[in-house]
Amino acid sequence: MKKQKRKEMLWAYLFIFPSVFLILCLNIWPVIQTIIFSFQKIEGFLPPQWNGGKNYITLFTGKNEFAKALLNTAIYAVVTVPIGTLLSLITAVFLNRQIRFKSFFRVCFFIPVISAPAAVAMVWRWLYNSDFGIINYVLSMIGIEGPNWIGSNKCVLLSIMIVGIWSMVGYNMVILLAGLQDIPGVYYEAARIDGASERDCFWKITLPLVSPTTFFVVLTTTISALQVFDNIYMMVPSNSPSLKSAQSIVYLYYKYTFAQQNKGLGSAVAVVLLTIVLILTVIQMKAQKKWVIYQ
Amino acid sequence: MKTGKKQKDGIIYLLLILGAFVMVFPFIWSFLTSFKNLGETLKVPPQILPSLWDPVNYITVWNKLPFLHFIWNTLLMMLIRMVVAVFISAMAAYAFARMSFPLKNFWFMVCLIPMMVPSQIYILPQYLTVSSLHLNNTILGLAIPGLASTFGIFLLRQFFMTIPNDLEEAAVLDGCNPCQIFFRIMLPLVKSGLVSLAIFTALFAYKDLLWPLIVNTSTNKMPLSSGLALMQGQYTTNYPELMAGAMIAIIPILIIFLVFQKQFVEGIATTGIKG
Repeated sequence: MKKQKRKEMLWAYLFIFPSVFLILCLNIWPVIQTIIFSFQKIEGFLPPQWNGGKNYITLFTGKNEFAKALLNTAIYAVVTVPIGTLLSLITAVFLNRQIRFKSFFRVCFFIPVISAPAAVAMVWRWLYNSDFGIINYVLSMIGIEGPNWIGSNKCVLLSIMIVGIWSMVGYNMVILLAGLQDIPGVYYEAARIDGASERDCFWKITLPLVSPTTFFVVLTTTISALQVFDNIYMMVPSNSPSLKSAQSIVYLYYKYTFAQQNKGLGSAVAVVLLTIVLILTVIQMKAQKKWVIYQ
Repeated sequence: MKTGKKQKDGIIYLLLILGAFVMVFPFIWSFLTSFKNLGETLKVPPQILPSLWDPVNYITVWNKLPFLHFIWNTLLMMLIRMVVAVFISAMAAYAFARMSFPLKNFWFMVCLIPMMVPSQIYILPQYLTVSSLHLNNTILGLAIPGLASTFGIFLLRQFFMTIPNDLEEAAVLDGCNPCQIFFRIMLPLVKSGLVSLAIFTALFAYKDLLWPLIVNTSTNKMPLSSGLALMQGQYTTNYPELMAGAMIAIIPILIIFLVFQKQFVEGIATTGIKG
């Protein structure tokens, strides 16, 4: 018996080895390395030097670039997550009804999800074009003078947020739709026998029972909103004066680490991002108990 | 009562059509633009259809940038990541779900931690590792960060846990070793999970931008995503050509998606619930 236990253990380790080895090398060790880098001065090809918390001091007291990036990212998350989740939920509820052309609609909403962000950004830049773009033309037809979407400090973040919401609705809609379809039909039947209206059913059955899925969607979209990078990188030219009104935490990380080769400072940005994500995850997990209802 | 329901349905259809239009319009508009000439795109009011359906912009961008390399590199990277990630995640997931061994929970935690960490944290150390192995500007280098999938281990573990014990016991009695049990009995039973994971891995590989930008800087070794970024930088004003480039990147995946639509949607649905 003992021999068999040992044999099973050997097999188990053999089975987990490739994944665990790669995760240790590519994920766990890099987290530790990034934390170490963030306390060092690493510029160009010079050997790294410890500089205490100087990188962090630079970030938080420097030329306000970092504070602005934190603010931009916070605004992005606070605006896109609720609006995106709400739109996804509404679409999912609609598609969960007896409706024709269901799969046609699903495909339409899903196209942005399967398109490369680089291509999506190019497409939107053309729509946003201030002189010849279709959006400003449509606005001009109803008598509004369209702004310089990407070039102006006021609108650049809004432009990025619109694309962000547009590209996430389809994905979350599919997840929420699956959550809706998981609600047992007997609840609705029972409610109908008791004379509940459709509206009552929605507020008293659908919404509470889809809350675990909604929670999952809110959590994952918040985390990915905090990591917004692709659309900013692709849509706002690096020499545009409006960039500082749009650049996010990850954009700054990219800029410091790779464009300016200041790896220590870049790593400090990454560690701050890690801290924020972990804190938010813990808070949301705690808050989950208050408003999520499990069957 | 009856008319009320009809009206309501009408409003729902109207809203869905509006939503679908907003989702698809940018692509249709870009598709039309990609066939216009520069003059036609600069007209006010805009000209909706191109006067000549001329594929010249596609030919121009195809010749300006090595799109064949981009597509090939993308496919190869997707394939490497898919095969390796699905295979090794399934192995680990099986062990975590159905075998007992010392430190099991500890190793499982190790595998879960990366799910909570934003992926940018790894990029610099990963880049340094890849450069020290002289793998930058190779397709393997491009694929490396996606080889192990923590998400895949988590997902497939859920699938393996639902399989009843009797199957395994019968196989042990028949003298199968764990390797045979895994390949002959277990893997076929979690096929839908494997397909979901394969689709996800492929989709994320295709959409990844930051890593390719950093690791493969030589044009011929870029995947579509960073290759397009190059185009954006070089020809910022010629919109018909830019749109032709964007269409070349979007259309192949769109066709694949339309073919595998059902698996795609089901894959996301199951993972969303299980997550």
